Amino acid sequence: MNRVRRTFFTQAAAGVAILSLAPGFRLVELAVGKSDDEPVSPSVRWGMLVDTSKCAQGCTACVEACNEEHGLYGFGRAESDAQWIRKMELRDEQTGKTHSLPMLCQHCADPPCVDVCPTGASFVRDDGIVLVDKHICIGCRYCMLACPYKARSFIHEELNNQRPHAPRGKGTVESCTFCVHRVDKDLTPACVEACSAAGHGALIFGDLNDQRDPVAQKLRDLPSTQVRDDLKLNTAVRYYGI
Amino acid sequence: MSSTACSRLIACLILTLFIWLEQAGAQISGNSRAAELEQCVEPTALMRKSHMDFLKHQRDLTVHQGIRTRKHSLLECIACHAEKAANGEFIAINAQGQFCQGCHAAVAVSMDCFQCHAARPEPSAMLTNHISITTADLDSAR
Amino acid sequence: MDRIRYTTLSVSAQFYWVLLIALGAVLFIGLLAAHYMEQQGHWVTGMSNQVVWGIPHVFAIFLILAASGALNVASLHSVFKIDSYKPLARLSGLLAIALLTGGLLILVLDLGRPDRLIVAMTTYNFKSIFAWNIFLYTGFVLVTVVYLCLLFQPRMSGLVRTAGLFAFVWRFVLTTGTGSIFGFLVARDAYDAAIMAPLFVAHSLSLGTSVFLLTAIWVFRLMRQPLSGGWLAKLGRLNGVFIAVVLYLIAVQHLTNIYVAQHGDIERFILLEGGLLTVVFWAGQVLLGGLIPMTMFFTGAGGPVWRIVMAAALVALGGFAQLYVIIIGGQVFPLDLFPGMQESSVFFDGVITSYRPSIAELLLGIGGIALAMVVITVAIRVLPFVPLMDMSPDTGKTKR
Repeated sequence: MNRVRRTFFTQAAAGVAILSLAPGFRLVELAVGKSDDEPVSPSVRWGMLVDTSKCAQGCTACVEACNEEHGLYGFGRAESDAQWIRKMELRDEQTGKTHSLPMLCQHCADPPCVDVCPTGASFVRDDGIVLVDKHICIGCRYCMLACPYKARSFIHEELNNQRPHAPRGKGTVESCTFCVHRVDKDLTPACVEACSAAGHGALIFGDLNDQRDPVAQKLRDLPSTQVRDDLKLNTAVRYYGI
Repeated sequence: MSSTACSRLIACLILTLFIWLEQAGAQISGNSRAAELEQCVEPTALMRKSHMDFLKHQRDLTVHQGIRTRKHSLLECIACHAEKAANGEFIAINAQGQFCQGCHAAVAVSMDCFQCHAARPEPSAMLTNHISITTADLDSAR
Repeated sequence: MDRIRYTTLSVSAQFYWVLLIALGAVLFIGLLAAHYMEQQGHWVTGMSNQVVWGIPHVFAIFLILAASGALNVASLHSVFKIDSYKPLARLSGLLAIALLTGGLLILVLDLGRPDRLIVAMTTYNFKSIFAWNIFLYTGFVLVTVVYLCLLFQPRMSGLVRTAGLFAFVWRFVLTTGTGSIFGFLVARDAYDAAIMAPLFVAHSLSLGTSVFLLTAIWVFRLMRQPLSGGWLAKLGRLNGVFIAVVLYLIAVQHLTNIYVAQHGDIERFILLEGGLLTVVFWAGQVLLGGLIPMTMFFTGAGGPVWRIVMAAALVALGGFAQLYVIIIGGQVFPLDLFPGMQESSVFFDGVITSYRPSIAELLLGIGGIALAMVVITVAIRVLPFVPLMDMSPDTGKTKR
């Protein structure tokens, strides 16, 4: 019921938008809408800007939101427990300046994990999200060796009580999905939402290819960096302030 | 035993197996939503024969292309076929005697969907038609 | 040259069965261990999200390298046309197949989802060197089986050369592929170097020759065959050269990595400050596995057999040490995401992590070795692999 109503609203609103604006002008918020039977579009590239000047030391709202959203839970074994997003504390060895920032899958355009995966289970979706197809992952962990960001986790135990929208199980590799199940419903990732709710607003999510999208505008205006830019992986997560 | 008798016996056994297969999974009982419906998303005979193909096809579309139609979605299978216990909570669909497990046990085909996938809908599904968006979700959208 | 006569393993049935059951038991325990790892999940191993490949991979890559190197002796006959090695060619081919099978068993059973082997065999990403290796490994077994079949047919000597050359090229590509598993890892300072491929090729030559020497001496002794003919000394001296090449490449590997400023930290860790890893590198890999056996092979290859056995065993030990340092050492050292910054997190950023193998994964590795030995034992019992003739250098050099 809700679904039908929503689709109606989206389409109606889109119609209004198209009617009311000059050609070539679109309302960004509505343009990203995609119906359920439509494949994701390569014209979109989802990305994130991390404004480290707003990221608070000691705050782990994004991590907790991620764990909650995907039903990640630990077994009290930090070395093998799943970690899709983690807070890193940095201190410049020369100047002493400190930074706090979240580290997660950087959703590279040319990801090493995808290159090395023997079965093609690691792949880049058309809209730039790097995913693991757990149906064909054989659990060789080569992608984990290849990832420069240590963004991937191997599931070391049998799991129970998974969330319906976040299937995950023993013997396969997983990592941040940019909350693909939410993105497909035009929602932002859980970490981004939690960061806003915590009053920091350090994470901005959107379509990097859409010049009218706030994230694209910010990235155009602010100097941002890619982590390990020497590798030329063209990451979709960019950092400001480091 | 002569070879003719032997082959007859085998033929009989195979025939029995087919009849049994037709029977297996025929009962959709209990208090699941499916129990109230005339047929599934496809004719029953087709579902019985090809549900795994539908699921596999849909799984590739969903994972790789982000197509999230509900017709052949595993989430929807579970949401509709899961039964509730006396305390109102959903029973895992792969639990003893439940919809998926009952039939798969009868035909001795292992199924590993539920090593990763949740075997029961989340409680909120009762209110929100499961994967449909809640109003709260809409509000929090950008 | 007289036609070489071969024989099957001529030991008492009792001895054969005791040996086979003992090896089978070790293999069975390895399989049980793998089953336990699969049932419980990998948390029962020492491997984690920090060190994702562990002892099973050390064992597996050891066996795979030794397998391709074990074919050396057959290549000396078929490719380099040194006829004195002809009687040993069959054993050499068998050893190659057996060792590779053992290595593959470990690799497959360590997978998170070994039940999906069929996926690995049917779904490929050809950009992945790992996918190529699946073909290289299975192909190597097939090529060597064909080569062995031809070796068993005296009338096929023309084809033997072709098949032998093919297998020889294949084994080089195979070890290049194995080295490239690490060479292509741009993320990690310890790897990401083209020299990984030639290093693994050279390492396979010395490891394979050593394992061949150990196996051949063992089989000959079991059958009370004379170890005469000079092949021991010649192979020993050749192995000295192989070890020298490995040592040279190790030196180049580390020296070039030190020269890259940003890789200095990992080199300081491996070479100086890595604790146990540093000891394993200098004492295990360089001294016991390199310098000492090299000297022994060069100076005493013609001497008593125990010296050859000792030297070959040291090379094998050094091989384990080398793979341990490469595989584990490259992973326990933290990735440097932000150069010039001190990094910390709850996920071991900026911290040297540790790895302690569990009994289960050790047993799996040993099980792989046991499988190789079972294959060898059964094969030489049922088929004539062992040459009967007295191989003196004079008769050996005579062309047929």
